[in-house]
Amino acid sequence: MIYPDSKIVLEVRGLCATVNGTEILKGLDLTVRRGEVHAIMGPNGSGKSTFSKILAGHSAYEVTGGSVMFEGQNLFDLAPEERARAGVFLAFQYPIEIPGVINSQFLRLTYNTVQTHRGKEELDPLEFDDYVREKMKLLEMSPDFLERSVNEGFSGGEKKRNEILQMAMLDPRLAILDETDSGLDIDALRIVANGVNQLANKDNAIVLVTHYQRLLNYIVPDYVHVMEAGRIIKTGGKELALELESRGYDWVGVEHKAVAGAVA
Amino acid sequence: MSATLQNLVNQPYKHGFVTSIESDVAPKGLNADTIRMISTKKKEPEWLLEFRLKSYEAWLKMEEPIWPNVHYPKIDFQAISYYSAPKQKPKLKSMDEVDPELLRTFEKLGVPLHERMALAGVAVDVIFDSVSVATTYKDKLAEVGIIFCSMSEAVLDHPELVQKYLGTVIPPSDNFYAALNSAVFTDGSFCYIPKGVQCPMDLSTYFRINTEESGQFERTLIVAEEGASVSYLEGCTAPAFSSNQLHAAVVELVALDNADIKYSTVQNWYAGDEKGVGGIYNFVTKRGLAKGVNSRISWTQVETGSAITWKYPSCVLLGDNSVGEFYSVAVTNHYQQADTGTKMIHIGKNTRSTIVSKGISAGHSNNSYRGLVKVAPGATGARNYSQCDSMLVGQNSGAHTFPYIQVANNSSQIEHEASTSKIGEDQLFYFAQRGIDAEAAVSMIINGFCKDVFQQLPMEFAVEATALLSFKLEGSVG
Ligand SMILES: Nc1ncnc2c1ncn2[C@@H]1O[C@H](COP(=O)(O)OP(=O)(O)OP(=O)(O)O)[C@@H](O)[C@H]1O
Ligand SMILES: [Mg+2]
Repeated sequence: MIYPDSKIVLEVRGLCATVNGTEILKGLDLTVRRGEVHAIMGPNGSGKSTFSKILAGHSAYEVTGGSVMFEGQNLFDLAPEERARAGVFLAFQYPIEIPGVINSQFLRLTYNTVQTHRGKEELDPLEFDDYVREKMKLLEMSPDFLERSVNEGFSGGEKKRNEILQMAMLDPRLAILDETDSGLDIDALRIVANGVNQLANKDNAIVLVTHYQRLLNYIVPDYVHVMEAGRIIKTGGKELALELESRGYDWVGVEHKAVAGAVA
Repeated sequence: MSATLQNLVNQPYKHGFVTSIESDVAPKGLNADTIRMISTKKKEPEWLLEFRLKSYEAWLKMEEPIWPNVHYPKIDFQAISYYSAPKQKPKLKSMDEVDPELLRTFEKLGVPLHERMALAGVAVDVIFDSVSVATTYKDKLAEVGIIFCSMSEAVLDHPELVQKYLGTVIPPSDNFYAALNSAVFTDGSFCYIPKGVQCPMDLSTYFRINTEESGQFERTLIVAEEGASVSYLEGCTAPAFSSNQLHAAVVELVALDNADIKYSTVQNWYAGDEKGVGGIYNFVTKRGLAKGVNSRISWTQVETGSAITWKYPSCVLLGDNSVGEFYSVAVTNHYQQADTGTKMIHIGKNTRSTIVSKGISAGHSNNSYRGLVKVAPGATGARNYSQCDSMLVGQNSGAHTFPYIQVANNSSQIEHEASTSKIGEDQLFYFAQRGIDAEAAVSMIINGFCKDVFQQLPMEFAVEATALLSFKLEGSVG
């Protein structure tokens, strides 16, 4: 929801980045304020996941220009784990499997690490078990997933739920959900979206990366952005997503070029 | 001392050098006289001198093994001094005198403060009365008839037991280093659990040897009589330094009917520096004889130190229904080389063995698993399960598996599973995204990888081993 005079959570200015020498982001601008839900749409390969991972601090990407302020602080001054502790959360498009590491132990370590850094109490294994089971109910997840290795052998949809479970536990300031809807069946989509809606409040912000309107039927965005070739080329309200759904992306690019041409 | 003995030891050595009985260190080199000198110094009975001399004769005819997958410059066995009187570690007056690097290590490992001081060589009586600790310990064991002492003491106080079992599991002619050890061993541990006795505590060498530098050629013998059981811990997680580069220990275990011996090792000898300079050569022969029916020999090892490790704790399953187990974690980093594994020799009927080996290689290190499962014609119904997993950390390390299976009857069942995995950058990024730094992430991944082995360790050891592994791999990822 848009609140008047709400504080800026994320301010991206002219962000440029390369991977293995190839330029992927080419001057990206985005401002996200507390309480808002932003959707980023755009064709495959336009740089949406790259942008998400850069915010989270993935070392494969090199930032070559521009700035990112998070809660008034230079995001690039923080190591990836510090960003997470400060409240940047990324739900991965492809969550990583960690064979041999038990999910419940992993979840407890991440929860306690983040809590400690926020000056809050850690939970012992028993307390944590109660806590996490409660959160799992919200996502209609079976407690069986606690005893398995992290994401190992999870179905696509199960992995996504495990991501949102972590979002629920870690209570982020800025949650970036990279195609969390892909791989979810119809019921799961509703359940996960409900979960996300319950977590949204006036103090945090959510950035949804998605290809489909159906997620946005449940999580209604305040802004919809279109990304193409490493830039945000159009921003609108929730109606823009509907228009994209019916007309595709091509017209946006054409319109953008025309405008750019007129300015030049 | 008898006149003959006196004469003998005061005789000039044949090869041109002279050693007086007062000298604490033997001149470099090995010959029959050096061995006589060791035996005399230790006031050993005649049979043991003969055992040593025969071993020496055998050793002379043997060649250094070249089949392990390790590389090092040729060892000059004549450049080693084979005897020195037990050395006390230098005593320090307070923690302020201890090398800060060592303290940092203890800190990381979570070694309790009083142990840190003892291990660092601070006079232990400042912290606790070591004599009284050792005494309570001894009293408790004596009450149930357990003998636990140094090998030297055992030779003098219980010669008949030592003579009965020494060299029966690992004959001196077994291999080059076993022969050398049998000729020149200076000390080690002896442990005897009488019939039907369950040892009331884990036996640890820690209390016994913490003021002495551990020997270069250690000899350990553990005997569990019928129905007896014991859990024995060797080594500790604190880094062990030694002034000798070559270590060639021999450990023999004998389990009679229904007896149970569990032998756990944490090995953290000096591994050399980051460039592979220095470090211990650890060439060890360990074997357990499950002699009686329903007996069990279980080896658990956490190998983290030494520049080169060459070690195959094995089980000879002679008694019907006897059980052999080998649980191993071997970590190598920098330029360390390890060639380790086990041999399970099934001879009795319905014998069972389990092998769980976890190798972790980081840096430029090389880590090999080598295992033999052998089933004799008479070992009907024998079963083996082997699982060998390797984990690579970084781009430049190597992992190898050399399993050998020899089965001579068709009623046995052998299963072998193997896997290789890698700590990936994406895994570490995933942890980081959830607030967990690389060090904690690696520790968690490694722990998960090793948990089947760690859960075999006594509780305290397991916690320390976990910390030790993370410490060993610090900085090798990312
Ligand atoms: N590590 C890498 N090495 C080489 N190219 C990369 C790498 N990571 C991303 N790219 C390239 O960068 C471009 C943007 O990829 P990105 O994953 O950000 O796209 P996306 O917008 O998320 O696409 P999708 O909608 O398919 O998820 C692609 O062309 C991709 O191939
Ligand atoms: Mg993507």
